[in-house]
Amino acid sequence: MTHSTHPAADAAVADHHGAGIEHAHPTWSTYWKVATILTLITAVEVWVYYVPAIVQSRWFVPLLLIMSAVKFAIVVLFYMHLKYDHRLFRALFTGPLIIAMVTIVALMFLFGKLAARVGALG
Amino acid sequence: MTSVPLTAGHVPDAHDPHATSTGLDNKKIAIWAFIGSECMLFASLISTYLIYKGRSKVGPFPHETWTDPSTGKTLNAILNIPVTSASTFVLLMSSLAMVLALAAVQNKNVPKRTTGERILGSSQLWLLATAALGITFLGFQAYEFTSFVHEGLSIRTNLFGSSFFTLTGFHGAHVTAGVIWLLTLFAIDRKRGLGPRDEVNVDIAALYWHFVDVVWIAIFTLVYLIK
Repeated sequence: MTHSTHPAADAAVADHHGAGIEHAHPTWSTYWKVATILTLITAVEVWVYYVPAIVQSRWFVPLLLIMSAVKFAIVVLFYMHLKYDHRLFRALFTGPLIIAMVTIVALMFLFGKLAARVGALG
Repeated sequence: MTSVPLTAGHVPDAHDPHATSTGLDNKKIAIWAFIGSECMLFASLISTYLIYKGRSKVGPFPHETWTDPSTGKTLNAILNIPVTSASTFVLLMSSLAMVLALAAVQNKNVPKRTTGERILGSSQLWLLATAALGITFLGFQAYEFTSFVHEGLSIRTNLFGSSFFTLTGFHGAHVTAGVIWLLTLFAIDRKRGLGPRDEVNVDIAALYWHFVDVVWIAIFTLVYLIK
């Protein structure tokens, strides 16, 4: 597949930098690379699930959570364009996301689900 | 391989009848606020699943075999990781198709010289592909739910069944709404063609679709992979 270069994007970034206005979005090749990375991470996640040595290790859960968080961040930053978009959109998403994550962790502690795992890691 | 930047920055015009005090489109602000609220909805459902995990008195269980003491029948671990991995891959590819659909709408007026550029520039193709992949994902989910019921797990069987079907059912309902939205956009594209003036409308549909994808990324790890 062939693509051509479009010089307007860098100029757009320069023009609006610091003004809180949308910046240039990713390129087609960036989207394909992101899809490849997401597929590879998913493949590693599934592979990890089938390796008994890793499953029995204390790093099994943290490893899966890190890979999941990376995938989550990649989709939000590149596919949802949050990396390039206005900071108000970032605030509208990250604010509730932080509240949601704190709620999950707090409830897990409250119901004694995390205490055992933290103890096992320590 | 060189690349085409898909959109340039947008400077709000003070004389634009749709101009807002923030300089941002109200529809985009609304969809991001909606996505923020959806984060908290799914956090509550995921929390419920995690809290109830391992507290079921009777099987079937997600990752362990269980023998019914009354019948002596042994039930295998119910989650089917290969099938769910395939459905996860399908949903990830639908997100790729969605960004390509948005890019095609944004670049509708850019001349396409090669076959590759014409394929990448076809918004109808990518919108239909996204909807088709979403329907495929729903097919996987229907298969999974049906097989679970046949294996003895319903929403009323145990705590795992209740929280699992509620969480994944809510997600499936969101995917269904997304598919209907995409097919509506596809129908509009067929009727009058979507162009750069429709960018925001396609963009908010894309944001919703990607959000459905990121929720599944969390569910796949927390529900299916973590034992």
